[in-house]
Amino acid sequence: MNPLSVVVRTGCDLFAWFMVVFGVSVLVHGYMTPGGGFQGGAIIATFTAFLLVAYGGRKLLGWANEKIFDLFEEVGLLAFFFLAFMGFPVTFFYNYLVKPLAAGGVVPPAGTTALMSIAVGLEVSGALSMVILTMYRGIRMFETAPMEEEIGHDR
Amino acid sequence: MKKMIFVVAALLLGAMVVGAVDNAHPFGFPGKTPMDDFFLADALPNRSTENIVTAIVFDYRGFDTIGEAAVLFTALCAISVLFREGGRKR
Repeated sequence: MNPLSVVVRTGCDLFAWFMVVFGVSVLVHGYMTPGGGFQGGAIIATFTAFLLVAYGGRKLLGWANEKIFDLFEEVGLLAFFFLAFMGFPVTFFYNYLVKPLAAGGVVPPAGTTALMSIAVGLEVSGALSMVILTMYRGIRMFETAPMEEEIGHDR
Repeated sequence: MKKMIFVVAALLLGAMVVGAVDNAHPFGFPGKTPMDDFFLADALPNRSTENIVTAIVFDYRGFDTIGEAAVLFTALCAISVLFREGGRKR
């Protein structure tokens, strides 16, 4: 995939990180606003797709460390299972951290609902970013033209 | 003979569909809703969750969410196997 023009790349420079911040906000506030883990994770994974479209694949593969996305995916999934199994003296998925609505503290009063939202958001963002990177590398395997002369196709 | 059986079966199915649609609840007026009423009454006081959809997805029906996460993990595994580099030489 070729890099786009300087206009698109400047727009990407301006807005790319705000997409990550917006996704994190969606998944952190999943217990009280519309949204949640899956939606926030998908918004964060859009960051990778945006970089791939704006800057091209060679630069993205140079920047991105796939082990980080892999780590996100595994840590999110394991945290989700851990939180679910911790309620086992009562039932699977027992909400053992829930507090009355006005109570303070670091963990939100929703308890495991909020923490599971964050864990699933980590998992989804890592998994979708890995899907994008892996499929891009898979496309590149079948290209016959040399990848050296990368020039934008809109200029 | 085969055609007659097919026509009779089609007519029977059509009659059943018409009857089912005729007996459906009008839009916006569901039938008995004990589970909906329970979730709406229970989510805010007992689970402290303002977003009832999140309360259902991550608390009441958390087992379903584990399945969704497993589906995503399986899709990632399948894609990494499908697009792997190397393999058998052509």
